[in-house]
Amino acid sequence: MQEQQKLITLENISKEYDGTVVLEDINLYVRKNEFLTLLGPSGCGKTTTLRIIGGFEKPTTGSVIFDGQDITDLPPYKRRVNTVFQKYALFPHLNVFENIAFGLKVSKRSKEEINERVAQMLDLVNLKEYGKRRVDSLSGGQQQRIAIARALVNEPEVLLLDEPLGALDLKLRKGMQLELKRMQQRLGITFIFVTHDQEEALTMSDTIVVMKDGRIAQIGPPKHIYDEPKSAFIANFIGESNIIRGRMIKDELVNFCGTNFTCVDFGFAKDAQVDVLIRPEDIVIVGEDVGQLVGTVKSVLFKGVHYEMIIDAGGFSWKVHSTSMQPEGSQVGLSIVPFNIHIMKPMEEEELDE
Amino acid sequence: MKTLKRAYLALILLFLYVPIAVLILQSFNAGISRAKWEGFSFRWYVQLIQSPNIMQALYVTVTIAILASLISTILGTMAAIGIHAMSKKPQSMMLTLSNIPMTMPDIVTGISLMLLFIFTKMDRGYFTMLLAHITFNTPYVVLSVLPKLKEMNKHSYEAALDLGATPGYALRKVILPAVRPGIITGAMLAFTLSLDDFTISYFTTSPLVQNLSTLIYSEARKGIKPTMNALSALMFVSLLILLLLINRRTAESS
Amino acid sequence: MNNLSIPSWGFWLMGIGFGLFVAMLVHTIRRNRGMKRSFYAWPYTLWMVVFTVLPLVLIAYYAFTDKAGQFTLENFANFWDSNRGMKTQLIAQGFDPEALGMGARGTVNVGTLIYSLWMAFLCTGISLLLGYPAALIMADREFKLGATIVVLFIIPMWMNFLLRTIAWMSLLEDNGLINTLLQSLGFAKLKLMYNSQAVLLGMVYNYLPFMVFPIYNSLNRQDRRLSEAAMDLGANKWTTFWRVIFPISMPGIVSGITMVFMPSVTTFFIPRVLGGGNTEMFGDLIERTFLTADDWNVGSALSLIMMVLILFSLGLLRKVDPEGEGGSLI
Repeated sequence: MQEQQKLITLENISKEYDGTVVLEDINLYVRKNEFLTLLGPSGCGKTTTLRIIGGFEKPTTGSVIFDGQDITDLPPYKRRVNTVFQKYALFPHLNVFENIAFGLKVSKRSKEEINERVAQMLDLVNLKEYGKRRVDSLSGGQQQRIAIARALVNEPEVLLLDEPLGALDLKLRKGMQLELKRMQQRLGITFIFVTHDQEEALTMSDTIVVMKDGRIAQIGPPKHIYDEPKSAFIANFIGESNIIRGRMIKDELVNFCGTNFTCVDFGFAKDAQVDVLIRPEDIVIVGEDVGQLVGTVKSVLFKGVHYEMIIDAGGFSWKVHSTSMQPEGSQVGLSIVPFNIHIMKPMEEEELDE
Repeated sequence: MKTLKRAYLALILLFLYVPIAVLILQSFNAGISRAKWEGFSFRWYVQLIQSPNIMQALYVTVTIAILASLISTILGTMAAIGIHAMSKKPQSMMLTLSNIPMTMPDIVTGISLMLLFIFTKMDRGYFTMLLAHITFNTPYVVLSVLPKLKEMNKHSYEAALDLGATPGYALRKVILPAVRPGIITGAMLAFTLSLDDFTISYFTTSPLVQNLSTLIYSEARKGIKPTMNALSALMFVSLLILLLLINRRTAESS
Repeated sequence: MNNLSIPSWGFWLMGIGFGLFVAMLVHTIRRNRGMKRSFYAWPYTLWMVVFTVLPLVLIAYYAFTDKAGQFTLENFANFWDSNRGMKTQLIAQGFDPEALGMGARGTVNVGTLIYSLWMAFLCTGISLLLGYPAALIMADREFKLGATIVVLFIIPMWMNFLLRTIAWMSLLEDNGLINTLLQSLGFAKLKLMYNSQAVLLGMVYNYLPFMVFPIYNSLNRQDRRLSEAAMDLGANKWTTFWRVIFPISMPGIVSGITMVFMPSVTTFFIPRVLGGGNTEMFGDLIERTFLTADDWNVGSALSLIMMVLILFSLGLLRKVDPEGEGGSLI
C-alpha cells in the first residue's frame, strides 16, 4: 500500500479507571481509506481505544489528532466519525427508516434529502422494503445492516465498528465480513474495526493492531503478523501454532528437541534462549527414515479440509495439519523447511503457560 | 450544574422529611401543643406504655402484619411456582386474576370485602382483617417471586429430576433456593403493606378491634396526642436500625 | 345492614369454600409429589375467587338492584342526579318536586367525580414535573449516590401515612410552624389549610415516590449505548434527551402516572384532614354513601363507576406500555 496521509493519530494515550490502568501509552496512526483492526482478547483495551476515538471516553493522558487537529476534548456529536455499536444500539422507539434518518434529522436536513439518502442506504444494505418495520422485528443480521446504514448515512470520514459481527452466527458472519470489506472499498471510508476474532481480522484488514493488557503488542499487515509474530502470545492468538523453547547455536541454526535445525533468523546472541514458532501446516510428514524428528501419531481429528494430528516427537506434542491421514499409533518422520521456522524473543514462563 | 442537581434532590428530600422531623420533634415536646416547643421530655413515651388503646392497636397491627405476610408468602410462592409451570393460556388468565386486587382502588377492595363479610354473616374483627390483608398481600408476593422463576434456568429443575430427585425434593432443593431473594422481597413487601394499611383495614374490622391506622383515624377528629407520635417515632427508628443491620450484614458477606 | 336480603346460605357457602380451601392446601402439599407443578396454584386461585371475584360480583349485584333485590338502573341515575332519591320520596308522598322548587338536578356526585379527576390530574402532573428531573439526576451514571437516594425515598413511607399527613397539619395550620415562622419574620399569616391546595400538597407528598421509582428504574435500565449512539450521530445532549432518553423512558413514565393517578383519584383520607369539610373527593363520597348514608346500592354503583373508569384508563395506558415493563416497584 502506498504511503498515504495519516488521518487519525493517537499520541501517548493512556486511560485509568479509578486507579486501574486500562490503556498504557498507545501510539498509533490510521491512514486514509485504511481498514484497520484492533485485535485482542477481552479486556485488552481495544474497545476503550475505539471509544476514545469516538469521543465517548476522554484519555487520562495523551491526545487524539484528527486531520491535523487535536480533537481530544471534542464531544462525539462534533466529530466526523460514526460508530456501529456492539449489539447495534438501535433505537427501540423508532422504526428502521427513523433510525437511519436520526443523524440527518438532527442536522436538520430537508425532508427530500432525508428520504433520498435513507432510501439509498436501505438499498446499499439490501433492505429496501424494510423502512416501516420495527427494529425489534428484524433478525440479528438485518439489525446489523441497519446499524451500519445508520452510521454511514452521515457520510463519516471514519467508521468505527465495535465487534459488529459478534452476535451473528458463523455463516452470516462470513457473509457480512465480505460485504463490509466491499462496502469499505466502494465508499472509500476509513474503517476502524474492533474484534477478538483473529480470523476476521486476517481476512478483512489492511492493518492489524494486536493489543494485550492495555498495550500494543504488534502492528502490521495481516500476512506479516501471521508470518512474523513478535512473540509467542501473538503467535498463539493469531492462528494455531506450535511454540517450543529452543537455543540459538549460531546465526541461522537453532536447537530444539535435541536436534539442530537450519533457520533463516539471525542476530541472536550465541546460546540465547528463544521461542520457536512452527505453524501446524508447515510441518511436513515424511518417512521415518528421512524425518528430522521421528514420532508417534497420538490422535487424529478430521477438520474438513485437513486432518489435525497430534504427534509426539522429541519430547513435544506437535500439532500437525495435513491433507493425508496417518493412522493413530503409526511411526512418522517430521520435516520442517528453514523458512518456516520462526524464532522469537522468549516470553516469561507464566505467559507461555497461558 | 452539578451543585444545582444536588440542591434539587436535597430540596425534594427535604420536602419528604420535614413532616417526619416534625413528628419526631413533637414526640419529645413537653407540652401538648403542636406548634410550640415547651421543652424536652420523655413524657409521651412514658404515657405510651400506659396507654392500653395504643398498645392493643400495636399488638393487632404487628400480629396481623406477621401472620398475613407469613400466610401470603406461602400462598403466593406456591401460586407463583404453579403459575410458572402453567401453559400460556391458563397462565395469562391467572396473571389477570392476580392483577385485579392490585389495580382495584383500595377503597373498592375494602368495601367489596366488607360486603362479602356481611353477606356471609361473619362478624368483622381480627379474623376478617387478617383475611383481607392476606388477600391484598398475596398478589405482591406472586409478583416478586415470578420474575425469579423466569430468570431461573429452565432446565435446572429437569436436571434435578434427571439426577434422580423426586419432584418434591427438586422443589425444595433446586427451585426454592433459586427464588429465595424473590420470596424475601415479597414477604417484606407484604409486611410493610400490611403494617401501613389503612383503607382496607378500616372497612374490614369493627371499632372494637383497631389497628394503629384505624385508631389514628378515629382519633384524628379529636386531635392526635403526641403519644401516637412517640409510638411511630419508635417504630420508624427501629425499622431504620433493622435496615442498617441488614445492610451491614449484606455488606459484610459480600 | 338493613338491606341484607340474602338468606343465611351465604354463611354455608363461605364455610364450604374455606373448608375446601384447607382441604386443597393439605392435599396439594401432601399428595403432589409426582404431580404437575401447576397444581400449586390451586389454593391461590380459590382464595382469589372467594376474596376478590366474589366480592366484586357482590358489588355488581348491589349496583344493579334496589333495596328489595329487584333489577334496576336507578342507582346509576342517582349518580347522575344526586337529588333523585329525595325527589322520588317526595313524589311518593304526593308532592311535586318541581312545584317545591326542588326539581333541579343534584350535581354533587358528578361534580365530586370531576373534582377528583381534576385533583388527581394535577397531582399526577406535579409529581411528574417534580419526579422526572429527580429520577434523571439519580439515574445519571456519574452520580454515584442514586441507589442510596432511592432508599431515602422509601424510608418516609415507613412512617404511618395518616400520621405523616397529620404532620402537615402542624406545619400548615393557622398557628402552625410555617405561619409562626412567617410571623416572626414580620409577614402576615397565610391561610394554608382547609383548601384544595393543601389537599394537593398532601397528595403529592404521599404519591411522589411512586412516580420517581418506575421512572428511575426505566432510566437506569436504559442501555447507555443508545444515548452514545445518538451523540455519535450528531445529537447534542439536549437533542439526545428529547429524541432518545425521554421517549425510551416512556414505559416508566406511564407506570409512574398509573401508580400516582389511581390512588389519588380514590384517596379519601387526605382531603378530610387537610381539606377539612370543604373539599370532598370521590373516595370520601363512596365511603360516606356506604357508611354514613348506609346506601349500599348507590355506593356500589359509585364504586363500579370508579372501577370502570380505572380499567378504562389502565387499558389506555397499556396501549402505550404493552409490556408493562416499567411496572415494578422495587
